[in-house]
Amino acid sequence: MPTMLEVSGLGHTYKTKDGVHNAIGDVSFTVNAGELVCVVGPSGCGKSTLLRTISGLITPTVGEVLLHGDPVRGVPADLAVVFQDYSRSLFPWLSVQRNVEFPLRTRVSARAERRERAREALEWVGLSAAGGKYPWQLSGGMQQRVAIARALASRPSLLLMDEPFASVDAQTRFELEDLLLRVRAEHDSTVLLVTHDIDESVYLGDRVLVLSKSPGSITTDLDVNLPDERDQITTRASSEFVELRSEVARLLHGGEPATRPSPSVPDTAANDRFLAAERAETHSTSDT
Amino acid sequence: MRGITGFVQRWALFVLIVLIWEVVTRLSASPFFPPPSQIGPRMVDLWLSGPASRLFLTDTVYDHLLPSVGRTLLGWAIAAVIGIGLGLLLGRSTVAMRYLRVLLDFGRAIPPPLMVPFFLVTLGLGAPMQLGAIVFGAVWPVLLNSIDGARSVDATKVDTARAFRLSGPQWMGGVVLPAALPKIFAGLRLSISIALILMVVSELVASTHGLGNQLVAAGRDYDMAGMWAYIVLLGILGYAFNIALLAVEHRVLRWQPGRAHAAASR
Repeated sequence: MPTMLEVSGLGHTYKTKDGVHNAIGDVSFTVNAGELVCVVGPSGCGKSTLLRTISGLITPTVGEVLLHGDPVRGVPADLAVVFQDYSRSLFPWLSVQRNVEFPLRTRVSARAERRERAREALEWVGLSAAGGKYPWQLSGGMQQRVAIARALASRPSLLLMDEPFASVDAQTRFELEDLLLRVRAEHDSTVLLVTHDIDESVYLGDRVLVLSKSPGSITTDLDVNLPDERDQITTRASSEFVELRSEVARLLHGGEPATRPSPSVPDTAANDRFLAAERAETHSTSDT
Repeated sequence: MRGITGFVQRWALFVLIVLIWEVVTRLSASPFFPPPSQIGPRMVDLWLSGPASRLFLTDTVYDHLLPSVGRTLLGWAIAAVIGIGLGLLLGRSTVAMRYLRVLLDFGRAIPPPLMVPFFLVTLGLGAPMQLGAIVFGAVWPVLLNSIDGARSVDATKVDTARAFRLSGPQWMGGVVLPAALPKIFAGLRLSISIALILMVVSELVASTHGLGNQLVAAGRDYDMAGMWAYIVLLGILGYAFNIALLAVEHRVLRWQPGRAHAAASR
């Protein structure tokens, strides 16, 4: 599988009143085309900063982001972002259909095609009937589905999601998780999703990247060996799932990877670089 | 049925007060307070007694009222274009606002009628002077409300717009302007009443024709019913402008949750 996203040595520091705040330390990882990768981390570990640097919304202090080989400077054209706060991210003055249509102006010049694409994207998320409504007339879960449709309508090669299901109730979260799995299977999308929810990261991901406390860096890159077909009840009850989620939980609370040589805390970054280099090597050999 | 009840509720007190006014003014018989029953016919006599060929409107309407109303609306429209355009740009620039805040607060604090003598000296007697005064007075509410509205665009929308790579015009016209519109409309309604005030004031101070000029003329001739007729007309104009603007606002902002709800429950 070709590499879609390559993040190497990424770090970001904010200047604050009392000096500098090191939001993310030294982050390196890759995402292959067609993969769904979850980044899970404790709150305040720089998850959002990481996502914002990858999306080009902010320029990282050090390191580099490559989207199918091209360095990211500013937001790339074939990247879409779904934000946590759907009610603020959607435009309240536009109908659902127009909300999906509006950002397409930057890439599709024909009005009819924009309309058609938006209609199609709303169909993917099961909102064909809601096109004429205003966002506030929909439930929170439906609003987030509109935001997902809006992101998909531009047919991005990489979809970034920043805690997309953190603001909806548990029942709706399950529905949206399954919707995401269905849509990405149908469209073979590449997704990088940031979450603080351990279960969610394991349930959704092909891989789970565990981020350490601030300044965040990736301590573990975990393969999720669950079958592609996932089910909210049986998958979550399976022993593999339970094992994986306990492993992620343990890692999140400062535990050390079970299968890899355990790095002491100051060596995390070095270990990451080592792992990244190792991965880069394997990928470059598998690519050619 | 509910529409009728609403209409009665809205106007019952108004009619009652006019009736009380009628009784009191008749009893007191003061020459300065003619009863409404004299003001009404005077209004018809002044403005609605023209020939059929001129839509029954008198020369006064064509020579004085319509030009005054025209200047009010033109001045207001110019103020709206400047206020909204400048306001949206300034509102999105923290740096510009840091430098201009004091200047704006200072400018807004100047009572606009004080600028009439200045415009009289610089622009001379006539429409440009009046327009200058109206624009100067009416621009502030629109400008300050537009700035406020543009600043109220939240960080998530900024990120969303950048993530979708919206162009400058798409961002200003498609996101900032609609987000600021509720505030802008509040400013527009405030500024049309200010425009009306400045139209009259500029004509009271220095003018050879127009609504304010006719008001002064009626007073000079001790035509008290005529003077009151103009005062009532100004009230009607202010009310009509406000109603018209509210109708436009309601249409343009029908996406707002509260509005549809209010419309449904009416």
